[in-house]
Amino acid sequence: MRDAPKDLYERVLKGDRRAAARLITMVENGDRDAREVLRMLHSRTGRAHIVGLTGSPGSGKSTLACRLAQGYRAAGKTVGVICVDPTSPFTGGALLGDRVRMQELAGDPEVFIRSMGSRGALGGLSVATNDVINILDAFGKDLVIVETVGAGQVEIEIVKYAHTCCVVTMPGAGDEIQAIKAGILEIGDVFVVNKADREGAQRTLADLEMMLETRPGGPGDWKPPVVATVALEGEGVDELERAIERHSAHLLESGMMAEKTEQRMKAELLGILDLMVSREAGRALEEGEGKELVRRMAERQIDPHSAAEEVVKYLLKRAGN
Amino acid sequence: MDRKIRVFLCKPGLDGHDRGVLIVGQALRDAGMEVIYSGLKQTSENLVEAAIQEDVDVLGISLLSGAHMALIPRITELLVERGAEDMLVIAGGVIPPDDAEVLVREHGVARIFGPGTNTSDIVDFLAERLK
Repeated sequence: MRDAPKDLYERVLKGDRRAAARLITMVENGDRDAREVLRMLHSRTGRAHIVGLTGSPGSGKSTLACRLAQGYRAAGKTVGVICVDPTSPFTGGALLGDRVRMQELAGDPEVFIRSMGSRGALGGLSVATNDVINILDAFGKDLVIVETVGAGQVEIEIVKYAHTCCVVTMPGAGDEIQAIKAGILEIGDVFVVNKADREGAQRTLADLEMMLETRPGGPGDWKPPVVATVALEGEGVDELERAIERHSAHLLESGMMAEKTEQRMKAELLGILDLMVSREAGRALEEGEGKELVRRMAERQIDPHSAAEEVVKYLLKRAGN
Repeated sequence: MDRKIRVFLCKPGLDGHDRGVLIVGQALRDAGMEVIYSGLKQTSENLVEAAIQEDVDVLGISLLSGAHMALIPRITELLVERGAEDMLVIAGGVIPPDDAEVLVREHGVARIFGPGTNTSDIVDFLAERLK
């Protein structure tokens, strides 16, 4: 069964959950019609606040996402939740289990939850995640929570797409050396020590606060707060909500929001260009001149860097015609 | 890009047994499918809503509580009500053959996989039906 782009677009704007779900599937599968719908939806995006939840596997991101969503629902806001779990690089399959921790949200028609496999993308998200954020934004969700693949040190794609990025950790997850490794400490707007009823929580809190003290002043002089939570019991979640709200207000007051939005747009554009250019380049290498270039490389007549420049020149020339 | 088979495996009603459904989940994952698991003790309404939000191709129902003749027809009814009758419904668990026949004949279930089923039979069945 195919849905016409115009029809899907109208149904999504009307709040038809089945249509939004179908559109997300099409986006994930790289469907051409989906691109057409996204094009139409673009002018309807930009209203939602996007919150990223990232952190090590087992730190309680799903449970926190559930509690956060409940809190925002209690305040009358509508919520979209995107949960990304890893796709097996060997079989392409995935077991997406985040819903298990979000049972309290089931049955609320104003909460839309979607589980996604990472489908080969590195960085803790999938290629389609940002499109899905945009769909839920256009769908009218006030808040979109994006839970990344259990991340450690390099899975920081989320920072490009979220307004407020929460880094979740837990007591006993590693010593302070783990915490000062590059990456994860630099991307948090809010830090969360979850499972704070466990032994060593005070130490983890203190370690984090100390590390953050020496972190170079962030843009707009935002000092990231460290919040202790016990997500399972709902403890500290209201404080986390307030921290996210303070960050959101800070973005607006300091003028950082505009910059952040531009950053998001740029990341989005680069992501799409990446795919587009590598697809075009891939095609070029299957054709006459491209094929010849590869053959010359194999015979050591041209080095790969020069060959790449040739391909770029060829693509630019072709685009100019 | 390739289309991936998405499956929602669920445990409706008061039933705490999830060993079987998790083994099926792993087998489907290893066959390259995206498997979403509901967790235990879900209401029919919530399961159908979740299946719709996840836009799955397959709804797999696991039942070992004996309530299959009440819950499965309720779920397939809801699917029709919400315009999602094109979802392929399969079920497994402790479901006697006579009941299984009725569920397939009258309640829109494509196939029941009982105890002793080889997981590759489920994989093959789904791959064949969703070709």
